[in-house]
Amino acid sequence: MLSIRNLHARVSDKPILKGINLEIGTGEIHAIMGPNGSGKSTLSSVLAGRDDYEVTDGEVIYMGQNLLDLEPEERAWAGVFLSFQYPVEIPGVKNIYLLKAAVNAIREHRELPELKAGDFLKLVREKLKVMQMDESFLHRNVNEGFSGGEKKRNEILQMQLLEPTLALLDETDSGLDVDALRIVGEGINRMRSPECSVLLITHYQRLLDIVKPDFVHVLAHGEIKLSGDHTLAERLEREGYEGIEAA
Amino acid sequence: MSQQEIDQLVDQDYKYGFVTDIESDTLPPGLNEDVIREISTRKCEPKWLLEWRLEAYAKWLEMTPPEWAHLDYPPINFQAISYFSAPKKQGDGPKSLDEVDPALIETYNKLGIPLEEQKMLAGVAVDAVFDSVSVVTTFKEKLHEAGVVFCPLSEAVHSHPELVRKFLGSVVPQNDNYYGALNSAVFSDGSFVYIPKGVRCPMELSTYFRINQQNTGQFERTLIVAEEGSYVSYLEGCTAPQRDENQLHAAVVELVAETDAEIKYSTVQNWFAGDDEGKGGIYNFVTKRGECRGDRAKISWTQLETGSAITWKYPSCVLKGADSVGEFYSVAVAGKKQQADTGTKMVHIGPRTRSTIISKGISTARGQNAYRGLVKVLPGAVDARNFTQCDSLLIGDQCGAHTFPYVEAQEPSAQLEHEATTSKVSDDQLFYLRTRGMSEEDALNMVVNGFCKEVFQKLPMEFAVEAEALLGITLEGAIG
Repeated sequence: MLSIRNLHARVSDKPILKGINLEIGTGEIHAIMGPNGSGKSTLSSVLAGRDDYEVTDGEVIYMGQNLLDLEPEERAWAGVFLSFQYPVEIPGVKNIYLLKAAVNAIREHRELPELKAGDFLKLVREKLKVMQMDESFLHRNVNEGFSGGEKKRNEILQMQLLEPTLALLDETDSGLDVDALRIVGEGINRMRSPECSVLLITHYQRLLDIVKPDFVHVLAHGEIKLSGDHTLAERLEREGYEGIEAA
Repeated sequence: MSQQEIDQLVDQDYKYGFVTDIESDTLPPGLNEDVIREISTRKCEPKWLLEWRLEAYAKWLEMTPPEWAHLDYPPINFQAISYFSAPKKQGDGPKSLDEVDPALIETYNKLGIPLEEQKMLAGVAVDAVFDSVSVVTTFKEKLHEAGVVFCPLSEAVHSHPELVRKFLGSVVPQNDNYYGALNSAVFSDGSFVYIPKGVRCPMELSTYFRINQQNTGQFERTLIVAEEGSYVSYLEGCTAPQRDENQLHAAVVELVAETDAEIKYSTVQNWFAGDDEGKGGIYNFVTKRGECRGDRAKISWTQLETGSAITWKYPSCVLKGADSVGEFYSVAVAGKKQQADTGTKMVHIGPRTRSTIISKGISTARGQNAYRGLVKVLPGAVDARNFTQCDSLLIGDQCGAHTFPYVEAQEPSAQLEHEATTSKVSDDQLFYLRTRGMSEEDALNMVVNGFCKEVFQKLPMEFAVEAEALLGITLEGAIG
């Protein structure tokens, strides 16, 4: 479904990704772990289309098309979703307004009719419940004054509404307390289906205890150094990245 | 987003650039006493008004154009401007829409102002000003029942001479400022609104202005008087056709609010902004001022300024009555090579007077946007309060935002607060929204509309929708 081949990317002349190869099959959950500065966030940003990064080599084939040729919004229409490590504040814009605009923008490109206000509200209430979010969330400005945990829950709420086929989750577990981690983790588990693949970027084992990945990859110095099943994450937790890299 | 992309998006032609072919009755360019007499004669004005104009003209001759604004434009040749233009009349003027020149109706339709529909659907009375003479006035009867007078000022001069004589120039005197004085000498027409004591005006009053004659200065003059305990909401909106030469527009608006009266004055201004080099745009020098004469009177100015090559405009409130309230909510957009120097003056005279200033400046392309505001508290305005918030939003890196707040507090018990922020539409914000499926343009619109929300919320509902749409159109020409 997603095929990353020899992907090289740099930011202002500094190479960050140095030949990533990764195959993600339909419905699979892949976790990417690795030390700070290894290129994890760069990978998700490049896949989502942030133009601060220059791709210098390689290709990314997603459902038969070269993802790198598409604008960020076109990737979203094609089913790619990025959960931000640092969700962005949009002052003055109500959350519900963004959610509705996003859902309908994506529906439009999937040739689905626009959701009417009533139907949309019904849908969003259902998802709020799953994320254990209060309805007042809808009427607050996008991410403005949200706590770290609220921001992340809001990201997963968006993901559930947009129903992506490829979810890129960039450190969605960072800054979460135990309860929020469980809610977010369960939210991700709900996305688990034959239609949706997930790329989970994380530092810690703890999210992977809730969301069991099919594959775990260790990214260091811009390359995938090691791949394995979920037991690799446990090993990392015990031995640390240094231990793994030395091995 | 790269500068090139921004420039591309800024490059959008003015959507309302069309000219209606209507026979018109225009004076040759030039300004002298004879021209003023001619204007007055054509409008069949009483002698006192002619004298008032001539007095203003004499004062204007002794004045010089203001140079303190953060604006750069060549000197205006006032002798190259024509000071009167009226659509040709058929008999005594139209009695109904059927009698109106079809080309005029067509213009309204292009502007999206179907008068008939508005009559029925929106419940908004439209006193449409086409070039200098009002040609259509609707809803008169309903307003008449309520005792509200809403008519062209030129008509009020005849139908309510005592009111016009009493209030004209009482808020903005003839020699108030250079452009105000010019307006007083040559004003063409505008609206006159009178709300009697205790009357709540049953509908929003709306005037659409439109510049249509080549080389014709527009000198609108509007006077609104709200008697004790009355209320009125007045909407002013305008678009203009594309032009090659700069057009001067010097309007005066005077508001009078007596005890417990409230006037809400909303403007959506979209005069032609000129091409990318600023050529052909409107020069908009406007004097707008309201006086809260009685206790607990309230005046609110809300404006969306998207057009004009030059904007020089400071809708102000003079708070005389005790506990009177002045408000100014503004969104000003400067794109292309537009220059805006706009803000407000709040003059606190009465005790416990309060004022609020919320100014949102948006600069794109090579636009220069300046907020200039004066908060003046005179001795005796005990416990006066002001809150000022000036936010600037920059789109791209060739534009500018400037803030010139002036404070003159002569009353120790006054409390004044000032907040100012400058921000850029960040790539992060645009990227975030794009990953949610929004096009770059929609993403920008969303960020900008969020920035303006506090002001748009103050606009009447139907106007707010129009304002958002207009901002969208403006920004299609402004970034992505």
